[in-house]
Amino acid sequence: MLGLRAAALLSIAVTVGIVIALLGPALEFFRQVPVLDFLSGTRWAPRFSNPTYGVLPLVTGTAWTTAIALLLAIPFGLGAAVYLSEYAPTRVRKVLKPVLELLAGVPSVVYGYFALTFIAPDVLKGLLGIQVGTFSVLAAGIALGIMIIPTVASLSEDAMNAVPMALRQGSYALGANKMRTTLRVVFPAAASGIAASVVLGLSRAVGETMIVALAAGTQARMVTGPTQVGQTMTGFIAQTATGESTPGTIAFDSLYAVGLLLFVLTLIANIISIRLVRRFREAY
Amino acid sequence: MVTIGAMVGTAVRPLRASRHGDRSPASIAFLVLLWITLLFAIVSLAALLITSFIDGIDRVDGNLFTQYASQLFPDRGGARAAILGSFWVVGTTALLAIPLGVAAAVYLEEFADPRRWYNRLIEVNLQNLAAVPAIIYGMLTAGFALAIGLRRGVVLAGGVALALLILPVVIISGREALRAVPAEIRHGSLALGASPLRTVWHQTLPAAIPGVATGTILALSRALGEAAPLLLLGAMVFITFDPDGLMSGFTTMPIQIFNWAGQPQAAFRTLASAAIIVLLGMLLVMNALAIVIRNRYQKRW
Amino acid sequence: MTNPDTEPAPLHLSAAGRRRSGDLPPLSPVIELSDVSLFYGSFRAVDGVTLPIGRNEITALIGPSGCGKSTVLRSINRMNDLIPGTRVEGTISYHGQDIYAADVDPIEVRRRIGMVFQKPNPFPKSIYDNVAYGPKVTGMKVDSLDDLVEQSLRDAALWDEVKDKLKQSAYSLSGGQQQRLCIARTIAVSPDVILMDEPASSLDPIATARIEDLMVELSEDYTIVVVTHNMQQAARVADRTAFFTAQASEQTGDRTGHLVEVDLTSKIFSDPADKRTEDYISGRFG
Repeated sequence: MLGLRAAALLSIAVTVGIVIALLGPALEFFRQVPVLDFLSGTRWAPRFSNPTYGVLPLVTGTAWTTAIALLLAIPFGLGAAVYLSEYAPTRVRKVLKPVLELLAGVPSVVYGYFALTFIAPDVLKGLLGIQVGTFSVLAAGIALGIMIIPTVASLSEDAMNAVPMALRQGSYALGANKMRTTLRVVFPAAASGIAASVVLGLSRAVGETMIVALAAGTQARMVTGPTQVGQTMTGFIAQTATGESTPGTIAFDSLYAVGLLLFVLTLIANIISIRLVRRFREAY
Repeated sequence: MVTIGAMVGTAVRPLRASRHGDRSPASIAFLVLLWITLLFAIVSLAALLITSFIDGIDRVDGNLFTQYASQLFPDRGGARAAILGSFWVVGTTALLAIPLGVAAAVYLEEFADPRRWYNRLIEVNLQNLAAVPAIIYGMLTAGFALAIGLRRGVVLAGGVALALLILPVVIISGREALRAVPAEIRHGSLALGASPLRTVWHQTLPAAIPGVATGTILALSRALGEAAPLLLLGAMVFITFDPDGLMSGFTTMPIQIFNWAGQPQAAFRTLASAAIIVLLGMLLVMNALAIVIRNRYQKRW
Repeated sequence: MTNPDTEPAPLHLSAAGRRRSGDLPPLSPVIELSDVSLFYGSFRAVDGVTLPIGRNEITALIGPSGCGKSTVLRSINRMNDLIPGTRVEGTISYHGQDIYAADVDPIEVRRRIGMVFQKPNPFPKSIYDNVAYGPKVTGMKVDSLDDLVEQSLRDAALWDEVKDKLKQSAYSLSGGQQQRLCIARTIAVSPDVILMDEPASSLDPIATARIEDLMVELSEDYTIVVVTHNMQQAARVADRTAFFTAQASEQTGDRTGHLVEVDLTSKIFSDPADKRTEDYISGRFG
């Protein structure tokens, strides 16, 4: 019994452990780099002889890849969810659900490879004629977007399924057609669940590492356009971790400062998402 | 009294399809849009599978399975160490995550009083942990290894990092499986005088095993495909030995793919896609196993 | 099912009901069901119903549970279409048009033949938006939506209670108010016929009385068909009453609904033609 409870409490220990593991080196880092300089600086150059630690280039990298991902995943994920929840005949559903599950089961490193070897050269440059290099936030963002489609789709489908049938019937009984019933009754009634799915998708896009490490690039510069090269927060962590950095140096500690920022950002997103889901559950 | 009818003027018109019916242009356009969104998902999945397949199928040969990775000769190199490393690491992950996850699930579902604040805290905490970026688990494990003075680039560390990563998923799916066990099974046992703990051990848990197994296999398949936390542990890439224990250095398939895909030479990329085919094959086997267990053993109550 | 008072029901005819049933004009049907059978898959739920629905009358469908009265009601505005596997035999005509004809759009049918459900089901929107929903989604040409909303709420006897809080959520209303809101929502699209499926079964007696009064008032402008478990309700409000019962099939054992008889409410409750009707209204079974 005690053992069982200990196992459950381990999850709390993990959270505490994460905070401690990140906070220790991060505090060390902030002793040398003021928090404000870190958060507002536009130059990220930890390896220069005169290093500067402004995190905004990494933040813009993350913001661009995440925004592109959401721009893709929101319409396509919600479209899939609406179709599966409101329109799909049972037989079609049985085929389509596994497709989304497969899409969710593909490892992110495979999406990264896909972005690098197919999306960038063949789709963007070849098919659409967009001038992109080997690396770009656009290619990475598109792969990210495809990856989070199942996240958005499955959570919002659950939300729409949970909308009581009586509401749809009330709408049909007024002479509303299926499209309007879906858009004006089901969709608003499921709004908080749908919002939760989008926020969770955002959280996953912000925290995803392998795709951006492979396809976005490794230069931390302020990103101002989708075809540019950019490095994300996670991309920087991955790059620095695989390179040579000695524990105890400020370059190493900067890793944890970025990690802490990443953790805080995703934590906020997760809490918002959990709240939205709870509000939705209470409503029905 | 002014009637609504007088305000809008309805006459008895035929009941034919109007602009606002299900076959109106707007409705049809909407349905077509929905089809397009699904088509996009299907085409993306197909493109992803087909490109990897075309790029790499020629390189799925004997060398891929028997040779170690080579920095100089991609044409002859293989993923032997990565395949073995993945088995080692995911095996370690399973040994850690399954007992811990099932124990926590049993506690939360069978014994915890959901009105207690700490149990609610555990609940919310689990939901959050399930969405914490994978790479953070690598930082946690690396920091922990550093603190207790252990090497971080070893199988054990990789297993710990991935176990922590999938633990929330194992717990959540385990709880769902336990919840699906009907109350009569518990009550029957309790009525015979069995203690709650014995009831769980002898009745509830066995009944929930198919569900627990399905959820766990799916979680382990996520661990198998995950690379980000292992990057933080300094998993090595060009390993030329078979991992032989918990304290052995290692690489895994996703790490190997990451490294090969990032090399500029075409031969390395071909190798990467060949390794992707193998990795996807491994995942397919695990998923198929989960589906078989779900279909064969899961009772409908 | 709800157990009606065992006192003889006919004595409970309300003043309005008696007046109405006394000098009822000759039947001029808006809707006619002829030899209608309804199926769920291969299960025959209702068999051979022939029933005219008179203009500006209230027709009550009564009978024990499982007699198919709700199924019949839902076939009149094709709500049964939403359940996969349902099938209709026979014809249901509305102003002479077969509503199940191939070129008929069920959506257009439902716009003319509205429905109020057993449990109030307002949308999770404001009171105003609930009423404005129908006119908006059916593309009604309306001079002033505000006026239409007001008039609908007035007709549903709800205006005075909600006029100061039109922007509040419909869920802030009581159950009875929610049901009247659903009625307002229904009449806002200016239907010809209103179907009501046990509209008061989830309400307390006071809210029920208000709904009944409202039904009588609305019958000035609308044709109303109401399914009810409560015989006294039928006696109080209906001009005509149709009595249904269920019989087990000899071959399959399925319980299939039949229409026993339909007549003026006063006749059904005082001098029914069929023994089964008499047994039912006197509380001997059901």
